[in-house]
Amino acid sequence: MFDVILTLFGIIFTILTLMVLAAMLIWGERRLLGIWQDRLGPNRVGPFGILQTAADMIKIFFKEDWIPPFAEKAVFFFAPCVVVITMLMAFAVVPFSPSLGIIDLNIGILFFLAMSALAGYSTILAGWSSNNKYALLGGMRSAAQMISYDVFMGLSLMGVVMLSGSFNLREIVEAQRDVWYIIPQFVGFCIFMVAGIAESHRLPFDLPEAEHEIIAGFHTEYSGMKFGLFFVGEYLGVILISALTVVLFLGGWLGPVLPPFIWFCLKTLLVILFIILLRAALPRPRFDQLMAFGWKYMLPLALINLVLTGAIGLALG
Amino acid sequence: MDQIVANQVSGIQAELLQQFGDNCLQPQYTADEISTLWVDRTRLLQVLHYLKLEVEGPFLCLYDLCGIDERVRTHRTDQPESDFTVVYHLLSYDRNDDVRLKVALMENDLDISTITSLWPAANWYECEVWDMFGINFHGHPNQRRILTPPTWTGHPLRKEHPARATEMEPFSLPSEKQEKEQEALKFKPEYWGMKRQGEDTDFMFLNLGPNHPSVHGVFRIILQLDGEHIIDAVPEIGYHHRAAEKMGERQSWHSFIPYTDRIDYLGGVMNNLPYVLAVEKLAGIQVPDRVKTIRVMMAELFRIASHLVFYGTFAQDVGQLSPVFYMFIDREKLFGIIEAFTGARMHPSWFRIGGVAQDLPKGWDQKIREFIDYLPARLDEYERMVMDNSLLKRRTVGVGDYTTAEAIEWGVTGPGLRATGLNWDWRKHRPYSGYENFEFEIPTGNRGDCYDRCRVRVDEMRQSLRIIRQCLNNMPEGPYKADHPLTTPPPKARTMKDIETLIDHFLGVSWGPVIPAGEASIGVEATKGNNSYYLISDGSTMSYRTRIRTPSFAHLQMIPLISRGLMIADLIAIIASIDFVMADVDR
Repeated sequence: MFDVILTLFGIIFTILTLMVLAAMLIWGERRLLGIWQDRLGPNRVGPFGILQTAADMIKIFFKEDWIPPFAEKAVFFFAPCVVVITMLMAFAVVPFSPSLGIIDLNIGILFFLAMSALAGYSTILAGWSSNNKYALLGGMRSAAQMISYDVFMGLSLMGVVMLSGSFNLREIVEAQRDVWYIIPQFVGFCIFMVAGIAESHRLPFDLPEAEHEIIAGFHTEYSGMKFGLFFVGEYLGVILISALTVVLFLGGWLGPVLPPFIWFCLKTLLVILFIILLRAALPRPRFDQLMAFGWKYMLPLALINLVLTGAIGLALG
Repeated sequence: MDQIVANQVSGIQAELLQQFGDNCLQPQYTADEISTLWVDRTRLLQVLHYLKLEVEGPFLCLYDLCGIDERVRTHRTDQPESDFTVVYHLLSYDRNDDVRLKVALMENDLDISTITSLWPAANWYECEVWDMFGINFHGHPNQRRILTPPTWTGHPLRKEHPARATEMEPFSLPSEKQEKEQEALKFKPEYWGMKRQGEDTDFMFLNLGPNHPSVHGVFRIILQLDGEHIIDAVPEIGYHHRAAEKMGERQSWHSFIPYTDRIDYLGGVMNNLPYVLAVEKLAGIQVPDRVKTIRVMMAELFRIASHLVFYGTFAQDVGQLSPVFYMFIDREKLFGIIEAFTGARMHPSWFRIGGVAQDLPKGWDQKIREFIDYLPARLDEYERMVMDNSLLKRRTVGVGDYTTAEAIEWGVTGPGLRATGLNWDWRKHRPYSGYENFEFEIPTGNRGDCYDRCRVRVDEMRQSLRIIRQCLNNMPEGPYKADHPLTTPPPKARTMKDIETLIDHFLGVSWGPVIPAGEASIGVEATKGNNSYYLISDGSTMSYRTRIRTPSFAHLQMIPLISRGLMIADLIAIIASIDFVMADVDR
């Protein structure tokens, strides 16, 4: 009984923390972009504008919850929930420190892959149910992108699985005591980062919502809190991908002197910063270029990485 | 090709008269000394055919096509009788020469044959003349209202059409009218000869605009899509139409200057230049060297300001978020200078007939020097950030390309023309305002694609800096306005000393100057291409007809041609690379 309550408490605590983090991340990204782009960014609400997202949230909660009359109502309502639910579920397997973490699944990686694949449905369903041409184009782009980038996202992680001999994320972290997997699995790391950014629809892979081309893509018709959910979902995605990168390639909580949890947070933050910096720096490829890049370069590279890892693993016994 | 002898101006006139004889062609003298000939409408196509396809040094570019309502014009010496005139302005790059053909039409028979078979680019121009004057072009593939809404009644540039809202019924929009208007805006593919289905696909018709993040204003393109591939496109303009040409007919010569600023609203005083040059040509004013140099300097500053906006938005439209902020900071610095000189930022309206509004302020050289020392390093940085970026290259190299021949055929001017490799710049080939005294190069591209169009503009900014530095080092001393009775506002030195100059001054300021009757058009190398003002004075305080030829109008008409078969993202890159503002298109 006590265990159940403890787990429940853990879940609620994690969800709340993540929501607050995602909100903070929105502010953080805007401030950082501001600094990098020689402007201020939000700096009015609270100290350093830190309460900007809170203000935005209040505004967004009070907005009319509008569903366009031509939309497929049930699906239209359901779509933004999918991304938030799946992203939060995926966090269940993330080991924040040796003792922190909701569940210790033996198939942690598979669970994460499953959840991140499910999250893709959110954009597809939103694009389809909106009954809007721009949303449809966004949904189509999203579907194509999901199919192609999911494939090698999974493949890129198999090298890590081979080296550690486990799908369990905790064991993978423990297996990195000697050397972080970013060194033996550098190619895998790069591929995972690319696929991860594509999964969370961030520039330069934000084609499903490329505002310069298709207005707002899949969420063109969304407003109010339902739009807010997409927004939060995107930032949860960024945190998730960063956390997973840390767990799989950067030694998770491992590190000297500081407590494990702090190490984990620092590393995750660094990856998040990197993703934000990418957004500030890069233009967006064209849709077909993105597909070609995925299938022609990333997929073969992931396969070669897999074969080489296997071969070397066998040779070394 | 650089300097072409001036005697060819009469050359084409002589050739035409020899070919077609006096009875079908009647020359007219104009203040700008462009060969102007009246042609009988039955012979028009022959003459145009001869000029485009038969004559040596052909006139390949349909530079402008416009109408004139002549019914209340009083000064029409050596011109045949005409109620409405259609003007064809052709340009030959080989000869560096222009020819203007005029066709007289009577009010009860406003019908003329289309020239779209010779110049596909005439399509939009003829639509505009139909829209504005009600002149019918028979054989036109799709004659329609192009600047006014499809539901508009009347033809705005006719003299009897009201020019002010107060002359019309108060505007109201009851719901049935609104529904009618909205119905009229609906796109019907059949009307454009488009199919709704392909062999094995249903096409999607996508309304891109008039409100879309990347169409740079209110511009609508209707796309026929197969997936994301563009089968065909229909650009729709007119949402930004403010009847600038009509306003020209009821503003004094002087008070129209601020309106010109708002034509290409990124070009600032660059817009004043062709207008005041044309008025000065009509009035016979020679401006002092200091005025010329100040004008060149200010125009080049605005060229940089406009190109910076282009550069930033170009990068932004292919998805790069940051550069636009850096470039706007530079532009902000520039506006600081412009504000210090003129008191205004985007729309200084600072050039005057016969001069500029004030002399340069004390310490102007310091400000200019700081800026031209500051910008090159920033441009180097942008070079690495934008032009060298491999993703950006992938998005723009080879996308939306056209050849020099196509560019000339469609009336493309400015950087879009130079990107195809043609080394042509009005500042070099027909120097105005003293450009012949400056050393600068004409940057050109060779592929004529989106990337080259950007490349040319980036290089132009450096050349502009070079010109500005020469202005800085060689600014002539002297007055900032011409000593001429028609200079507005007139020089005041003797105003309070004798009654004659006082009267001149009083009339010039209260009524506005009376510009001698005549016609003149002057084109300048504006920020986005060739911008010209074709002014007709009927010897009054106001213009009789103000025709504004803007570069972007021609450029937009070309969009379907260069975007067929590409993807939506390419279209966005093309739109960004054309560098237009809708105010410049719709006027």
